[in-house]
Amino acid sequence: MAKIRVETTINGEETEFLCNGQESLLEVLRDGLGMTGTKEGCTTGDCGACSVVVDGRLVPSCLVLAAETGGRTVDTIEGVADGQTLTPVQQQFLEHGALQCGICTPGFIVAAEKLLEKNPNPTEAEARYFLAGNLCRCTGYDKIIKAVLDAAAVMREGRA
Amino acid sequence: MSAPVSRFEAPTEVEAAVALLAEEEGARVLSGGTDLLVQMRLGAGAPPLFVDVKRIPRLTAVRLDSNGLRIGAAVPAAEIYENDEIRSLWPGLAEATDLIGSTQIQGRATWSGNLCNASPAADAVPALIACGATAVVAGPKGERRVAVEDFTTGPGKTVLERGELVIEFEVPAPAVHASDAYLRLIPRTEMDIAVVGAGVALTLDAAGTVESARVVLGAVAPTAIRVPDAEAALVGSPLGDESLSAAAAASTAAANPIDDKRGTVAYRKKIAGVLTTRAAKVAYERAQAR
Repeated sequence: MAKIRVETTINGEETEFLCNGQESLLEVLRDGLGMTGTKEGCTTGDCGACSVVVDGRLVPSCLVLAAETGGRTVDTIEGVADGQTLTPVQQQFLEHGALQCGICTPGFIVAAEKLLEKNPNPTEAEARYFLAGNLCRCTGYDKIIKAVLDAAAVMREGRA
Repeated sequence: MSAPVSRFEAPTEVEAAVALLAEEEGARVLSGGTDLLVQMRLGAGAPPLFVDVKRIPRLTAVRLDSNGLRIGAAVPAAEIYENDEIRSLWPGLAEATDLIGSTQIQGRATWSGNLCNASPAADAVPALIACGATAVVAGPKGERRVAVEDFTTGPGKTVLERGELVIEFEVPAPAVHASDAYLRLIPRTEMDIAVVGAGVALTLDAAGTVESARVVLGAVAPTAIRVPDAEAALVGSPLGDESLSAAAAASTAAANPIDDKRGTVAYRKKIAGVLTTRAAKVAYERAQAR
Protein backbone atom coordinates (compact mmCIF):
# COMPACT_ATOMS: atom_id res chain seq x y z
CA MET A 1 0.00 0.00 0.00
CA ALA A 2 1.27 3.44 -0.84
CA LYS A 3 2.46 5.52 2.03
CA ILE A 4 0.39 8.45 3.21
CA ARG A 5 1.78 11.90 2.52
CA VAL A 6 1.23 14.29 5.41
CA GLU A 7 1.83 18.04 5.52
CA THR A 8 1.91 19.50 8.98
CA THR A 9 3.50 22.29 10.97
CA ILE A 10 6.06 21.17 13.53
CA ASN A 11 7.50 23.81 15.87
CA GLY A 12 6.35 26.49 13.45
CA GLU A 13 7.94 24.96 10.40
CA GLU A 14 5.98 23.44 7.57
CA THR A 15 6.99 19.82 7.39
CA GLU A 16 6.15 16.98 5.05
CA PHE A 17 6.55 13.28 5.71
CA LEU A 18 5.40 9.86 4.55
CA CYS A 19 3.91 7.31 6.93
CA ASN A 20 1.90 4.12 7.18
CA GLY A 21 -1.65 4.22 8.49
CA GLN A 22 -0.85 2.70 11.85
CA GLU A 23 2.38 4.62 12.54
CA SER A 24 2.26 6.87 15.59
CA LEU A 25 3.28 10.49 15.64
CA LEU A 26 5.99 9.45 18.10
CA GLU A 27 7.47 6.96 15.61
CA VAL A 28 7.48 9.50 12.81
CA LEU A 29 9.01 12.23 14.98
CA ARG A 30 11.83 10.01 16.20
CA ASP A 31 12.49 7.58 13.36
CA GLY A 32 11.21 9.49 10.34
CA LEU A 33 12.16 13.06 11.17
CA GLY A 34 15.09 12.43 13.52
CA MET A 35 13.54 14.52 16.25
CA THR A 36 14.64 12.33 19.13
CA GLY A 37 13.96 14.85 21.89
CA THR A 38 10.54 13.30 22.38
CA LYS A 39 11.10 10.04 24.26
CA GLU A 40 9.47 6.67 23.95
CA GLY A 41 8.50 5.11 27.26
CA CYS A 42 5.51 2.80 27.50
CA THR A 43 3.79 3.40 24.10
CA THR A 44 0.45 2.95 25.85
CA GLY A 45 -0.22 6.47 27.09
CA ASP A 46 0.74 5.79 30.70
CA CYS A 47 4.12 7.45 31.21
CA GLY A 48 4.04 10.89 29.58
CA ALA A 49 7.60 10.65 28.17
CA CYS A 50 6.27 11.26 24.64
CA SER A 51 4.17 14.33 25.51
CA VAL A 52 3.73 16.83 22.69
CA VAL A 53 1.19 19.55 21.95
CA VAL A 54 -1.14 19.11 18.96
CA ASP A 55 -3.36 22.07 18.05
CA GLY A 56 -2.74 23.50 21.51
CA ARG A 57 -3.63 20.32 23.44
CA LEU A 58 -1.15 18.32 25.50
CA VAL A 59 -1.30 14.74 24.19
CA PRO A 60 0.74 11.51 24.31
CA SER A 61 2.31 11.24 20.85
CA CYS A 62 2.32 7.43 21.11
CA LEU A 63 -1.48 7.52 20.98
CA VAL A 64 -1.72 9.91 18.04
CA LEU A 65 -1.47 8.48 14.54
CA ALA A 66 0.97 10.44 12.40
CA ALA A 67 -1.59 10.53 9.59
CA GLU A 68 -3.98 12.45 11.86
CA THR A 69 -1.71 15.47 12.02
CA GLY A 70 -2.20 16.70 8.45
CA GLY A 71 -2.86 20.45 8.53
CA ARG A 72 -2.49 20.58 12.29
CA THR A 73 0.23 22.14 14.41
CA VAL A 74 2.59 19.97 16.43
CA ASP A 75 4.86 21.41 19.11
CA THR A 76 7.64 19.28 20.58
CA ILE A 77 10.45 19.70 23.10
CA GLU A 78 12.74 20.85 20.28
CA GLY A 79 10.60 23.99 19.93
CA VAL A 80 10.54 24.96 23.60
CA ALA A 81 13.86 26.83 23.96
CA ASP A 82 14.45 29.98 21.93
CA GLY A 83 17.69 28.99 20.25
CA GLN A 84 20.28 28.78 23.03
CA THR A 85 18.03 30.62 25.46
CA LEU A 86 16.30 28.30 27.90
CA THR A 87 12.81 28.96 29.19
CA PRO A 88 12.32 29.50 32.94
CA VAL A 89 11.01 25.92 33.21
CA GLN A 90 14.12 24.51 31.58
CA GLN A 91 16.38 26.78 33.63
CA GLN A 92 14.72 25.76 36.89
CA PHE A 93 15.06 22.07 36.02
CA LEU A 94 18.81 22.72 35.83
CA GLU A 95 18.93 24.84 39.00
CA HIS A 96 17.04 22.20 41.00
CA GLY A 97 18.76 19.20 39.45
CA ALA A 98 15.28 17.98 38.62
CA LEU A 99 16.51 15.09 36.51
CA GLN A 100 18.79 12.14 36.76
CA CYS A 101 18.56 9.80 33.78
CA GLY A 102 16.66 12.42 31.80
CA ILE A 103 14.29 10.19 29.86
CA CYS A 104 11.19 11.72 31.43
CA THR A 105 12.50 15.30 31.24
CA PRO A 106 11.31 16.35 27.76
CA GLY A 107 7.80 15.15 28.55
CA PHE A 108 7.84 16.94 31.91
CA ILE A 109 9.06 20.17 30.31
CA VAL A 110 6.44 20.09 27.54
CA ALA A 111 3.70 19.34 30.09
CA ALA A 112 4.94 21.94 32.60
CA GLU A 113 5.05 24.65 29.92
CA LYS A 114 1.40 23.85 29.14
CA LEU A 115 0.48 23.91 32.84
CA LEU A 116 2.02 27.37 33.33
CA GLU A 117 0.40 28.68 30.16
CA LYS A 118 -3.01 27.66 31.53
CA ASN A 119 -2.32 28.45 35.18
CA PRO A 120 0.54 30.88 35.88
CA ASN A 121 0.24 30.41 39.64
CA PRO A 122 -0.47 26.75 40.39
CA THR A 123 -0.52 25.38 43.90
CA GLU A 124 1.72 22.42 44.59
CA ALA A 125 -1.34 20.14 44.51
CA GLU A 126 -2.46 21.57 41.17
CA ALA A 127 0.99 21.04 39.70
CA ARG A 128 1.15 17.48 40.99
CA TYR A 129 -2.28 16.62 39.58
CA PHE A 130 -1.58 18.23 36.21
CA LEU A 131 1.70 16.35 35.93
CA ALA A 132 0.37 13.05 37.31
CA GLY A 133 0.59 11.53 33.84
CA ASN A 134 4.35 12.10 33.68
CA LEU A 135 6.28 9.34 35.41
CA CYS A 136 9.82 9.70 36.78
CA ARG A 137 11.66 6.72 38.26
CA CYS A 138 14.69 8.66 39.51
CA THR A 139 13.92 11.88 41.31
CA GLY A 140 10.97 11.13 43.55
CA TYR A 141 9.23 14.13 41.92
CA ASP A 142 10.00 16.69 44.64
CA LYS A 143 12.72 18.45 42.68
CA ILE A 144 10.57 18.47 39.57
CA ILE A 145 7.63 20.03 41.36
CA LYS A 146 9.89 22.62 43.03
CA ALA A 147 11.40 23.47 39.66
CA VAL A 148 7.97 23.95 38.11
CA LEU A 149 6.71 26.12 40.97
CA ASP A 150 9.88 28.23 40.94
CA ALA A 151 9.62 28.60 37.18
CA ALA A 152 6.07 29.84 37.68
CA ALA A 153 7.36 32.42 40.17
CA VAL A 154 10.13 33.54 37.81
CA MET A 155 7.65 33.90 34.97
CA ARG A 156 5.20 35.88 37.10
CA GLU A 157 7.95 38.24 38.25
CA GLY A 158 9.13 38.59 34.68
CA ARG A 159 5.70 39.74 33.64
CA ALA A 160 5.28 42.19 36.53
CA MET B 1 6.98 -10.68 5.43
CA SER B 2 6.26 -7.19 6.71
CA ALA B 3 3.34 -6.44 9.00
CA PRO B 4 0.07 -5.61 7.25
CA VAL B 5 -0.43 -1.92 6.72
CA SER B 6 -3.58 -0.14 7.79
CA ARG B 7 -5.53 2.25 5.61
CA PHE B 8 -6.24 5.64 7.11
CA GLU B 9 -9.18 7.81 6.13
CA ALA B 10 -10.35 11.10 7.63
CA PRO B 11 -13.76 11.83 6.12
CA THR B 12 -15.38 15.23 6.57
CA GLU B 13 -18.99 14.03 6.50
CA VAL B 14 -20.92 11.56 8.63
CA GLU B 15 -22.22 9.70 5.55
CA ALA B 16 -18.69 9.09 4.31
CA ALA B 17 -17.62 7.73 7.70
CA VAL B 18 -20.62 5.39 7.75
CA ALA B 19 -19.83 4.16 4.21
CA LEU B 20 -16.20 3.45 5.16
CA LEU B 21 -17.18 1.59 8.33
CA ALA B 22 -19.81 -0.41 6.46
CA GLU B 23 -17.58 -1.43 3.55
CA GLU B 24 -14.48 -2.59 5.43
CA GLU B 25 -14.91 -5.41 7.93
CA GLY B 26 -12.93 -4.66 11.06
CA ALA B 27 -12.66 -0.93 10.31
CA ARG B 28 -12.39 1.07 13.53
CA VAL B 29 -13.46 4.56 14.47
CA LEU B 30 -10.52 6.65 15.69
CA SER B 31 -11.41 9.58 17.90
CA GLY B 32 -8.99 9.82 20.84
CA GLY B 33 -7.34 6.44 20.34
CA THR B 34 -6.71 6.04 24.07
CA ASP B 35 -8.33 2.61 24.08
CA LEU B 36 -8.04 1.60 20.41
CA LEU B 37 -4.33 2.30 19.99
CA VAL B 38 -3.50 0.87 23.41
CA GLN B 39 -5.30 -2.37 22.54
CA MET B 40 -3.38 -2.42 19.27
CA ARG B 41 -0.04 -2.06 21.10
CA LEU B 42 -1.01 -4.73 23.59
CA GLY B 43 -1.41 -7.29 20.84
CA ALA B 44 -4.84 -6.84 19.29
CA GLY B 45 -3.16 -5.91 16.00
CA ALA B 46 -3.83 -2.93 13.76
CA PRO B 47 -7.26 -2.76 12.14
CA PRO B 48 -7.41 -2.82 8.33
CA LEU B 49 -8.82 0.71 8.32
CA PHE B 50 -8.78 3.65 10.73
CA VAL B 51 -11.61 6.11 10.26
CA ASP B 52 -10.49 9.35 11.94
CA VAL B 53 -13.74 11.17 12.70
CA LYS B 54 -12.25 14.41 14.01
CA ARG B 55 -12.53 16.19 10.62
CA ILE B 56 -16.32 15.89 10.68
CA PRO B 57 -17.62 19.26 11.92
CA ARG B 58 -20.64 17.76 13.67
CA LEU B 59 -18.39 15.49 15.71
CA THR B 60 -16.33 18.32 17.17
CA ALA B 61 -19.13 20.88 17.69
CA VAL B 62 -20.36 22.01 21.12
CA ARG B 63 -23.80 23.62 21.26
CA LEU B 64 -25.49 24.74 24.46
CA ASP B 65 -28.98 26.24 24.55
CA SER B 66 -32.09 26.20 26.73
CA ASN B 67 -32.74 22.56 25.77
CA GLY B 68 -29.37 21.47 27.02
CA LEU B 69 -26.11 20.29 25.52
CA ARG B 70 -25.53 18.80 22.09
CA ILE B 71 -21.90 17.82 21.79
CA GLY B 72 -19.90 16.05 19.10
CA ALA B 73 -18.71 12.55 19.89
CA ALA B 74 -15.07 13.40 19.17
CA VAL B 75 -14.77 16.33 21.62
CA PRO B 76 -11.93 15.49 24.02
CA ALA B 77 -12.40 15.28 27.79
CA ALA B 78 -10.26 18.36 28.47
CA GLU B 79 -12.42 20.54 26.24
CA ILE B 80 -15.51 19.29 28.07
CA TYR B 81 -14.36 19.96 31.63
CA GLU B 82 -12.70 23.25 30.72
CA ASN B 83 -16.10 24.53 29.54
CA ASP B 84 -17.45 26.74 32.37
CA GLU B 85 -21.08 26.38 31.29
CA ILE B 86 -20.86 22.59 31.21
CA ARG B 87 -19.16 22.59 34.63
CA SER B 88 -21.86 24.76 36.07
CA LEU B 89 -24.87 22.92 34.59
CA TRP B 90 -23.59 19.33 35.01
CA PRO B 91 -20.82 19.45 37.63
CA GLY B 92 -20.94 15.70 38.23
CA LEU B 93 -20.59 14.94 34.57
CA ALA B 94 -17.64 17.34 34.36
CA GLU B 95 -16.07 15.70 37.44
CA ALA B 96 -16.38 12.23 35.96
CA THR B 97 -14.82 13.47 32.73
CA ASP B 98 -11.97 15.10 34.66
CA LEU B 99 -11.24 11.78 36.42
CA ILE B 100 -10.42 9.88 33.24
CA GLY B 101 -6.67 9.32 32.91
CA SER B 102 -3.93 11.94 32.87
CA THR B 103 -3.90 15.46 31.42
CA GLN B 104 -2.37 13.98 28.27
CA ILE B 105 -5.05 11.30 27.98
CA GLN B 106 -7.73 13.93 28.57
CA GLY B 107 -6.43 15.81 25.55
CA ARG B 108 -7.50 12.84 23.43
CA ALA B 109 -10.10 10.70 25.23
CA THR B 110 -13.78 11.16 24.41
CA TRP B 111 -17.17 10.28 25.90
CA SER B 112 -17.94 8.19 22.83
CA GLY B 113 -14.77 6.17 23.27
CA ASN B 114 -15.50 5.69 26.96
CA LEU B 115 -19.00 4.47 26.05
CA CYS B 116 -18.08 2.32 23.04
CA ASN B 117 -15.11 0.67 24.77
CA ALA B 118 -17.84 -0.59 27.11
CA SER B 119 -15.70 -1.13 30.19
CA PRO B 120 -17.95 -1.73 33.23
CA ALA B 121 -15.71 0.76 35.08
CA ALA B 122 -15.99 3.64 32.58
CA ASP B 123 -16.21 6.86 34.63
CA ALA B 124 -18.17 9.04 32.19
CA VAL B 125 -20.92 6.48 31.64
CA PRO B 126 -22.67 6.48 35.07
CA ALA B 127 -22.51 10.28 35.06
CA LEU B 128 -24.02 10.47 31.56
CA ILE B 129 -26.79 8.06 32.55
CA ALA B 130 -27.51 10.06 35.73
CA CYS B 131 -27.94 13.18 33.58
CA GLY B 132 -30.30 11.38 31.21
CA ALA B 133 -27.94 11.61 28.23
CA THR B 134 -28.73 10.17 24.82
CA ALA B 135 -26.24 8.98 22.21
CA VAL B 136 -27.02 9.88 18.60
CA VAL B 137 -25.94 7.01 16.37
CA ALA B 138 -25.44 7.24 12.60
CA GLY B 139 -25.41 4.20 10.38
CA PRO B 140 -26.34 2.81 6.96
CA LYS B 141 -30.05 3.11 7.82
CA GLY B 142 -29.78 6.73 8.98
CA GLU B 143 -29.68 8.13 12.49
CA ARG B 144 -31.14 6.75 15.67
CA ARG B 145 -31.08 7.90 19.27
CA VAL B 146 -30.12 5.50 22.04
CA ALA B 147 -30.35 6.35 25.74
CA VAL B 148 -26.85 5.93 27.20
CA GLU B 149 -28.32 3.57 29.81
CA ASP B 150 -29.43 1.21 27.00
CA PHE B 151 -26.22 1.46 24.97
CA THR B 152 -23.87 -1.03 26.64
CA THR B 153 -24.98 -4.67 26.67
CA GLY B 154 -22.00 -6.24 28.47
CA PRO B 155 -18.27 -5.85 28.96
CA GLY B 156 -16.94 -4.73 25.56
CA LYS B 157 -20.39 -5.04 23.97
CA THR B 158 -22.73 -2.33 22.71
CA VAL B 159 -25.85 -1.95 20.58
CA LEU B 160 -23.78 -0.61 17.65
CA GLU B 161 -24.14 -2.57 14.41
CA ARG B 162 -21.73 -2.70 11.52
CA GLY B 163 -21.36 0.67 9.88
CA GLU B 164 -22.67 2.54 12.91
CA LEU B 165 -20.88 5.11 15.04
CA VAL B 166 -21.82 7.52 17.82
CA ILE B 167 -21.85 11.04 16.39
CA GLU B 168 -23.25 13.19 19.19
CA PHE B 169 -24.50 13.22 22.74
CA GLU B 170 -27.57 15.09 23.94
CA VAL B 171 -27.75 16.03 27.60
CA PRO B 172 -31.07 17.61 28.63
CA ALA B 173 -30.85 20.89 30.56
CA PRO B 174 -31.31 20.40 34.30
CA ALA B 175 -34.42 21.83 35.96
CA VAL B 176 -34.19 24.96 38.12
CA HIS B 177 -33.34 23.15 41.36
CA ALA B 178 -31.43 20.19 39.98
CA SER B 179 -27.83 19.03 39.94
CA ASP B 180 -25.62 16.00 39.83
CA ALA B 181 -22.49 14.46 41.31
CA TYR B 182 -20.13 11.62 40.50
CA LEU B 183 -17.79 9.93 42.94
CA ARG B 184 -15.51 6.99 42.48
CA LEU B 185 -13.31 4.96 44.77
CA ILE B 186 -9.78 4.11 43.69
CA PRO B 187 -6.95 2.87 45.93
CA ARG B 188 -4.74 5.86 45.03
CA THR B 189 -5.42 9.55 44.54
CA GLU B 190 -5.23 9.80 40.75
CA MET B 191 -4.94 7.80 37.54
CA ASP B 192 -6.64 4.53 38.32
CA ILE B 193 -9.66 2.44 37.35
CA ALA B 194 -12.81 2.72 39.46
CA VAL B 195 -13.38 0.07 42.12
CA VAL B 196 -16.87 1.54 42.39
CA GLY B 197 -18.35 4.64 40.75
CA ALA B 198 -21.64 6.34 41.65
CA GLY B 199 -23.48 9.04 39.73
CA VAL B 200 -26.50 10.75 41.25
CA ALA B 201 -28.74 13.43 39.72
CA LEU B 202 -31.48 15.05 41.80
CA THR B 203 -34.30 17.47 41.01
CA LEU B 204 -35.83 19.33 43.99
CA ASP B 205 -38.94 21.42 44.43
CA ALA B 206 -38.70 24.95 45.83
CA ALA B 207 -39.03 23.60 49.41
CA GLY B 208 -36.16 21.16 48.98
CA THR B 209 -38.16 17.94 48.59
CA VAL B 210 -36.58 15.54 46.12
CA GLU B 211 -38.93 15.34 43.14
CA SER B 212 -36.92 12.97 41.01
CA ALA B 213 -33.67 11.07 41.33
CA ARG B 214 -31.38 9.03 39.15
CA VAL B 215 -28.85 6.78 40.85
CA VAL B 216 -26.30 4.96 38.69
CA LEU B 217 -23.49 2.63 39.72
CA GLY B 218 -20.36 1.77 37.74
CA ALA B 219 -17.84 -1.08 38.11
CA VAL B 220 -20.21 -3.30 40.11
CA ALA B 221 -21.98 -5.13 37.25
CA PRO B 222 -21.31 -6.09 33.61
CA THR B 223 -22.55 -2.61 32.63
CA ALA B 224 -23.29 0.60 34.51
CA ILE B 225 -26.66 0.10 36.22
CA ARG B 226 -29.46 2.33 37.43
CA VAL B 227 -30.78 1.54 40.89
CA PRO B 228 -34.55 2.15 40.82
CA ASP B 229 -34.98 1.23 44.50
CA ALA B 230 -32.39 3.81 45.54
CA GLU B 231 -34.06 6.41 43.34
CA ALA B 232 -37.45 5.62 44.91
CA ALA B 233 -35.95 5.88 48.40
CA LEU B 234 -34.66 9.40 47.72
CA VAL B 235 -37.86 10.76 46.15
CA GLY B 236 -40.62 12.39 48.20
CA SER B 237 -38.73 13.93 51.10
CA PRO B 238 -35.86 16.32 51.69
CA LEU B 239 -32.62 14.38 51.87
CA GLY B 240 -32.33 12.87 55.36
CA ASP B 241 -30.73 10.01 57.26
CA GLU B 242 -33.68 7.72 56.61
CA SER B 243 -33.86 8.16 52.85
CA LEU B 244 -30.06 8.11 52.52
CA SER B 245 -29.67 4.86 54.40
CA ALA B 246 -32.50 3.27 52.40
CA ALA B 247 -30.81 4.39 49.16
CA ALA B 248 -27.47 3.03 50.35
CA ALA B 249 -29.05 -0.32 51.21
CA ALA B 250 -30.69 -0.43 47.77
CA SER B 251 -27.37 0.25 46.02
CA THR B 252 -25.60 -2.39 48.10
CA ALA B 253 -28.31 -4.88 47.18
CA ALA B 254 -28.27 -3.96 43.49
CA ALA B 255 -24.50 -4.18 43.10
CA ASN B 256 -23.44 -7.44 41.47
CA PRO B 257 -19.67 -7.06 41.24
CA ILE B 258 -16.79 -9.40 40.58
CA ASP B 259 -13.94 -10.21 42.94
CA ASP B 260 -10.62 -8.99 41.60
CA LYS B 261 -7.39 -7.37 42.68
CA ARG B 262 -9.14 -4.00 43.03
CA GLY B 263 -11.75 -5.17 45.49
CA THR B 264 -13.81 -8.05 46.80
CA VAL B 265 -17.51 -8.52 46.18
CA ALA B 266 -18.40 -7.64 49.79
CA TYR B 267 -16.23 -4.50 49.74
CA ARG B 268 -17.60 -3.27 46.43
CA LYS B 269 -21.20 -3.81 47.56
CA LYS B 270 -20.56 -1.87 50.77
CA ILE B 271 -18.82 0.96 48.91
CA ALA B 272 -21.66 1.14 46.36
CA GLY B 273 -23.92 2.15 49.24
CA VAL B 274 -21.41 4.57 50.75
CA LEU B 275 -20.78 6.37 47.46
CA THR B 276 -24.51 6.54 46.71
CA THR B 277 -25.01 8.38 50.00
CA ARG B 278 -22.09 10.75 49.49
CA ALA B 279 -22.93 11.53 45.86
CA ALA B 280 -26.57 12.14 46.78
CA LYS B 281 -25.50 14.64 49.46
CA VAL B 282 -23.26 16.51 47.04
CA ALA B 283 -25.92 16.58 44.31
CA TYR B 284 -28.50 17.79 46.86
CA GLU B 285 -26.31 20.65 48.09
CA ARG B 286 -25.58 21.71 44.54
CA ALA B 287 -29.26 21.55 43.57
CA GLN B 288 -30.15 23.74 46.56
CA ALA B 289 -27.47 26.24 45.69
CA ARG B 290 -28.66 26.72 42.11
